[in-house]
Amino acid sequence: MNERLRVNPILCTGHGLCAELLPEQIDLDEWGYPLISGEPVPERLRPLARRAVTDCPVLALMLVRDR
Amino acid sequence: MTTAIRDTSTRRAGATLLPRLLPGNSHPTELEAHLKVHGAIPYRGGARMLIHTIESAGLTGRGGAAFPTHRKLTAVADQKGLPVVVGNGAEGEPASDKDKELLRSSPHLVLDGLQLAAEAVGARRVHLYVHREPRLVQHLNAALAERAAVGVDRIAVSLVTAPPRFLAGEASALVSRVEGGPAMPRFNPPRMSERGVHGAPTLVQNVETLAQLALISRYGPAWFRAVGTEAEPGSMLTTVRLANGGGGVMETPIGAPIAELLRLAENPAKAVLVGGYHGAWLTPEQARHLTLSNADLRPLGAAVGAGVLAALPTDRCGLVESARVVQYLASESAGQCGPCLNGLPRIAATLWQLAEHRSGPAARDDLHRWSKLVEQRGACHHPDGTVRFLRSALNVFADEVMLHETGQCSAGTYEPFLPIPAASPQHKDDWS
Repeated sequence: MNERLRVNPILCTGHGLCAELLPEQIDLDEWGYPLISGEPVPERLRPLARRAVTDCPVLALMLVRDR
Repeated sequence: MTTAIRDTSTRRAGATLLPRLLPGNSHPTELEAHLKVHGAIPYRGGARMLIHTIESAGLTGRGGAAFPTHRKLTAVADQKGLPVVVGNGAEGEPASDKDKELLRSSPHLVLDGLQLAAEAVGARRVHLYVHREPRLVQHLNAALAERAAVGVDRIAVSLVTAPPRFLAGEASALVSRVEGGPAMPRFNPPRMSERGVHGAPTLVQNVETLAQLALISRYGPAWFRAVGTEAEPGSMLTTVRLANGGGGVMETPIGAPIAELLRLAENPAKAVLVGGYHGAWLTPEQARHLTLSNADLRPLGAAVGAGVLAALPTDRCGLVESARVVQYLASESAGQCGPCLNGLPRIAATLWQLAEHRSGPAARDDLHRWSKLVEQRGACHHPDGTVRFLRSALNVFADEVMLHETGQCSAGTYEPFLPIPAASPQHKDDWS
């Protein structure tokens, strides 16, 4: 089952922690907000992705299973 | 612009009689006259009974998205909980007057449609959502009172008002407002049909869609399809702004030639805006060969939307007009999402610099880069619509942009053409 990262743009305040933890999947735009690749998170990155989700200070990041 | 155009030449007997939605004169239709013309509400006697008729008619949403109405009705009727129905009359688009005109002149068609849609999905709660404009609210309350006195409505309709802002009519903002919150968009609402107002399955339909539904219930799919195209049947309300300053709300068959609607032969245009401020500019050459239909417009990245057609007069600067619109759109951001909050003001300021010959060498590159950065990154589609408008402006007015980069401009006058609501800083943070 594919899992992808998604951000709630209303909650996100641009802390940038997620991009530090997971540069393979998340870049920051010129204002500090995450640009998410949207590709499925590969197996080897899932632990880091989960950490990025739980460590987001405003809980704006989520892992979403494909429907 | 509150006057409606009614082309008397098409008011002859027969199936193609237009207008259908608006009265033949400009006077609001009161309940007695409405019942005399259209008869009582043709309740079907149970949920879902109307849906097949609406499917055969091929009715699509008239609020802008043109989504098949029967699919929305079915999705809501399929849910377990008791549904809520909301008629959306909060027309935030400054260039559109059609929903206001419909609510003013034919409120009972809209209110009939609300009752019929409620019956079709099995709803017990019904709201009508409009801007908090005192005259409109008073007018609708009077219409509701007339109906209550005669007992035509099975479910009492509650009127919910929203601030007269661009985004107030966005579906998730509507749900938030109906729940008593601010009329601001929400993130990723689960499908409205599953969980909308207070978690209930919710049907949100534009008021014109409801009025069309009320007519189809009475006169049937074949009557509805007598105008329009096979793929996009029926009529639609359109707000037309002619290059000579005239215009108004008119009801037109879908598929009518844009050149005729805008009378381009007598009133030449520098460009044509379709679909409003989240819509797109077309060159006059493009507009001349197209009809008002998504079949014609979508290949060009444009859409019928809520039926706005505006012909920019030849003495205006398309870049200046577009810069005004983009500045307005930036000011109407709810400011909830970082990319929109940061990107739209930068885009608006840079477009102004271009318009005023003050831009740096990177202006166009900046505009294109920021466009990509804001697109698809908002909770709602405000950044996407703004970028669509901006890109079409840079494309259609490419020669004008080059003129401005060399300190020139083709305009004969800077008098604003497209309507922009007066700035109201006291309402900047007022969303309820």
